[in-house]
Amino acid sequence: MIEQQYIDLFQQYRAEIDNNSIETLNVQRDAAFETFKNIGFPTSKIEEYKHSDVSHAFDAELGLNIRNLPIPVNPYDTFKCDVPNLDTNLHFLVNDRYYKNDYQVKGLPEGVYAGGMQDFAKQYPEIFKEHYGQSADYSDNGVVAFNTMFAPDGFVLYVPKNVVVDKPIQLVNILRGGVPLNVNRRLLIIGEDGAKVKLLVCDHALDDVHFVVTQVTEIFAGEESDIDFYELEENSIKVTRLSSLFTAQKGKSHVIASNIALHNGYTRNNYRFRMLGEYAQATIGGLAIGDKNQHVDNYAFLDHVMPNCTSNELFKYVLQEQSTGVFCGKILVEKDAQKTLAYQTNRNLLASPDARMYAKPQLEIYADDVKCSHGLTTGHLDEEAMFYLQARGIPQEEAQMLLMVAFTKDVLDLINIDSLKERLEFLIDKRFRGELMRCGNCAVCK
Amino acid sequence: MLSIKKLHARVEGKEILKGIDIEVKAGEIHALMGPNGSGKSTLASVLAGNPKFEVTRGSITFQNKDVLDMEPEDRAREGIFLSFQYPIEIPGVSMTNFMRAAVNEQRKYKGMEPIAAGDFLKLMRDKRELLGMDKQLVSRSVNEGFSGGEKKRNEIFQMAMLNPKLAILDETDSGLDIDALRIVAAGVNKLRTTENATIIITHYQRLLQYIEPDFVHVLHDGKIVRSAGPELAHELEEKGYDWLAE
Repeated sequence: MIEQQYIDLFQQYRAEIDNNSIETLNVQRDAAFETFKNIGFPTSKIEEYKHSDVSHAFDAELGLNIRNLPIPVNPYDTFKCDVPNLDTNLHFLVNDRYYKNDYQVKGLPEGVYAGGMQDFAKQYPEIFKEHYGQSADYSDNGVVAFNTMFAPDGFVLYVPKNVVVDKPIQLVNILRGGVPLNVNRRLLIIGEDGAKVKLLVCDHALDDVHFVVTQVTEIFAGEESDIDFYELEENSIKVTRLSSLFTAQKGKSHVIASNIALHNGYTRNNYRFRMLGEYAQATIGGLAIGDKNQHVDNYAFLDHVMPNCTSNELFKYVLQEQSTGVFCGKILVEKDAQKTLAYQTNRNLLASPDARMYAKPQLEIYADDVKCSHGLTTGHLDEEAMFYLQARGIPQEEAQMLLMVAFTKDVLDLINIDSLKERLEFLIDKRFRGELMRCGNCAVCK
Repeated sequence: MLSIKKLHARVEGKEILKGIDIEVKAGEIHALMGPNGSGKSTLASVLAGNPKFEVTRGSITFQNKDVLDMEPEDRAREGIFLSFQYPIEIPGVSMTNFMRAAVNEQRKYKGMEPIAAGDFLKLMRDKRELLGMDKQLVSRSVNEGFSGGEKKRNEIFQMAMLNPKLAILDETDSGLDIDALRIVAAGVNKLRTTENATIIITHYQRLLQYIEPDFVHVLHDGKIVRSAGPELAHELEEKGYDWLAE
């Protein structure tokens, strides 16, 4: 049993796990452990994981940095952001811990917290307890339970009532290690009523070793709040990323979650959106660009609990070589959720005969006055468009590039930071040209 | 400049062109007329290299080079331009990026450096004004949401940008109202030199009132059944095509 070594590890090192974390995180570990012992990691026997047996990732000799041994890196020196001209309030998680630094974090409006999870829990114990672990249901997900057992720290973004944060906040998840590592990190985003904030999270593996990362994110969106959550994955082929995002949205809130898998190894992104107040809006975008044997699986579960809410999903995949894409979009419209508008679109481009796409829309509707739609296509590049471009003197390969980049455009249009959008267009172009092997502009990789 | 000899071509196993011979010299305008299904558009597609069409016999040479051996992009870079009967919409590719790529590929083929940003913008503006095109159309995705007339005008705009040696206008007049027709015709006439040639494919004589051809060919069932001077177009307008088919 793959799980046994982690069960033993947890029991054996429980005291050290606790000593290197804080009480408010520690109190949740036991219950998560009980669940994990019962359900273990998801395997392909579970319908939702049919094409992604994530348990395999843990079947390896992986270290955990339970004792919080120092990681020799100063990300402010080594990390050069791939998105220049993007003026952000910059933070780092190195593996699963917040990187504290002497750089004074300036420019944040009063009362806004962006920083380490342990510090936040100490400064705002009540707010932290009220939110941490409250959305991230692990009863049916062993990876989330596992994360809850081991996560020592993470990142918190807290925006008080009616505060608008103009400058985007950026969190860079640095992976660093000399041996294969398991990393378990938490993100917590709390936007109180009327809060407005944009967070960009970049995943960045600095070392070419095997990493298995679990990330659990909880977003709490107060009434009339706007929370934008953009993720850019630029990991090496040796990284397994298992992400679970949970939202709890109050009335008239709008949460945008957009994930660009620009370069990855093996990725599973779970989305669990819950619209708990009327007139809430959820926008979810996903773009995956795969080649080699890369694997990207997006599983989106949108739960319309209350009436008059709108959800919009757009997932696109461009798969080359032997890469695999998986998409499952589940929309649940509960019986009280009248006047629901739910739109789901999944479009996939197979640019190689060996690439594979598995897609499944799943709509469960228990209310009678709703508008729900889903559209799904998987195909090749439009031959007529190809000929049109070639007939203007553009060579076949270049025409393919233009059409592939064009295919990704509407996902990028969901991003509300112009400089980020422009930069992504550039990076995607480079990616298709094979000029972006890992990270575009990183001091360590040079 | 262009020499088509005994050309046979088929699409999806069906023979459409059954032996075409045409000679086009620099400075000439040829009109290719004929009823629906006679093979006019097939000939245009074959000249541009559309992979859906298969040439089974015959030859095409352009400036003494074998065209049938060339990829569509090389034909374009040699100076062959096809104005599409049904221009394709390409969402996500901006007209600007499309034209910059096309212009630079042409320059690369000739061993020239990419065009300077300022020169490119000026070129775009000049040609846009020549065709009386709305500025906004040029900033949008290629043909996306364009009306039928706007698409046709956009084809001639692209032609003006690329300045081809041989332009093939495939039913460019269909879907154009009279004002647009005049502008397109004026554009074609302005671009005319002693160095380049044009083949106008049309169903009607209408466009030929604005662009005077040197030769008129009538295509019927994959063959040219009559070639003559511009007076043939007038005759067709009066009598229709039936008298030629017999």
